[in-house]
Amino acid sequence: MSFIRNAELVPAPARRSLATLFSNVSRWRVPLSILALCIMPWVLPSQALAVNVLIYGLVAVGYNLLFGYTGLLSFGHAAFFGAGAYATGIAIGAFGVHWFIAMLIGVLVSGLLATVMGMLAIRTRGIYFSMVTLALAQLVYYAALQASSWTGGENGLRGFTVSTLHLPGFSVNFLDPLVKYYAIMIVVAAALWFVSRVLNSPFGAVIEAIRENETRARACGYDVERTKLLSFILSGILCGLAGTLSAMHLSIVPLDSLHYHTSGLIVMMTLLGGAGSFFGPFIGALAFLSMEDIFSLWTSNWQLIVGVIFILFVLYLPKGIWGTLISWGKSR
Amino acid sequence: MSVTNIGKQFGGLVALKDVTADFQEGQITAIIGPNGAGKSTFFNILSGALAPSSGTLRFRGTDMAGVPQHDYVHRGISRSYQITNIFPNLSVLENVRVAAQAFRSRMNIWADRSADSDSQDRASAMLASVGLSARAAAPAKFLAHGQQRALEIAIALVADPALLLLDEPTAGMGPEETREMVALIEKLAAQRTILLVEHKMKMILGLSDRVLVLHHGQLLADGTPKEIQANSEVRRVYLGQNDGYA
Repeated sequence: MSFIRNAELVPAPARRSLATLFSNVSRWRVPLSILALCIMPWVLPSQALAVNVLIYGLVAVGYNLLFGYTGLLSFGHAAFFGAGAYATGIAIGAFGVHWFIAMLIGVLVSGLLATVMGMLAIRTRGIYFSMVTLALAQLVYYAALQASSWTGGENGLRGFTVSTLHLPGFSVNFLDPLVKYYAIMIVVAAALWFVSRVLNSPFGAVIEAIRENETRARACGYDVERTKLLSFILSGILCGLAGTLSAMHLSIVPLDSLHYHTSGLIVMMTLLGGAGSFFGPFIGALAFLSMEDIFSLWTSNWQLIVGVIFILFVLYLPKGIWGTLISWGKSR
Repeated sequence: MSVTNIGKQFGGLVALKDVTADFQEGQITAIIGPNGAGKSTFFNILSGALAPSSGTLRFRGTDMAGVPQHDYVHRGISRSYQITNIFPNLSVLENVRVAAQAFRSRMNIWADRSADSDSQDRASAMLASVGLSARAAAPAKFLAHGQQRALEIAIALVADPALLLLDEPTAGMGPEETREMVALIEKLAAQRTILLVEHKMKMILGLSDRVLVLHHGQLLADGTPKEIQANSEVRRVYLGQNDGYA
């Protein structure tokens, strides 16, 4: 059959070289990200900002797996971030658990929470899915507020500090900001590598197919509900991992980390950088937190400026920073 | 595939009532009927998208009640859609590759999808057979309408189904494209059972071994194209209104 009506125009050399550049960037995405993360504390104005970018970048990357790749807009991902942080903090503070075990507990708890929330939310679609995740996450927030003997209630969880990371054979001084940055970076880099593998896997192909056309994916023989649930859990686990890192970094878990403001922040960062791309969420976290860092020096109403910029992005560059760059590169 | 006394109600509306039919292997069966006759409902039941309110559906001797829709294709029933139903932002090749992949790996989060060369090869071969190889790397949404229809069929076909359900495969196509599609369907029919819903009368009468006529949710007639053309009841409700309808 010859359904070909308009044959593809031969790409101009400039276009081809840009396209090759982007495909190379995509192939080497994990080493490139790690390289960027290695330089980050030397480029950004403060190391505190760099650590924040690491942690929120990981949250956004985890969120992007669900939002950008599976097409599910969750407004409740603060629950997993917060649950990971609280579980780690409580494990260390109340039970004196080794930091590594505490991290595992944090990841496990957020994974369990994601399983429960996912099973309830996956049944709904579109705006209802977003609302159910929001409501369930607020449930977790109020549970943490009420269980103040465990969580410290409004004051947040305090009283646990990780000053040294004991590893077999050696210890790491976790109070040195730069050492702390690189220690956290190793975990984040491992998570990025994991996400990259997931996206390259057959499962990664299925979640994209579901995002593109759920009905067709089902007709192709995929169990859409189970796949969505697995994506939800993986996404929750990654956000939980970021939560455990945040707890160890700050030595405090603010109650706000469970609040829907945090969920909104995660959505904003992902959109700003570009949902559905590998680098987008990290770039979004970097851009958002840098703006906060810069504008909050000028005015306490920095959120006003960031809000306007965010609205401009949604209106005029809906693909976000990285997404716009990619399509600009492809269209040239 | 055999259906016995299939019925479907949406609330108070009876969409299908007591439809019984057997589909012989290797035949092309067309389902026709005026708008609202229940064709789409019937099709959705056959492909597992809807559960019948009453009656039984058997495929190769097994009762299909309670079989989830995503299992249908694994049992050998695959469908195309009336409204083009593809993965718009994925490449043309990936559209077909992901459909082929369902038979190799569904939940594997660890392997590399490019290592699944079998799905890759099947998808490439399928694109070649519907004439889309030159467009393999383009996002599917950039294809012309006729090409998207071809891709639609390719996605359904890469499953290598024993029973292929085609919902208006030539919808929105010009005469030239329609002829190409008819040739493709005839080629496919050599290896499998085909069931199609169509509006284009001449095409159906030339192509099918058998025609089912639905009217108000009931089976009005069932026979060869010749018998259907001769059936006065059918002429009254359907063919008569469509004189000159290509």
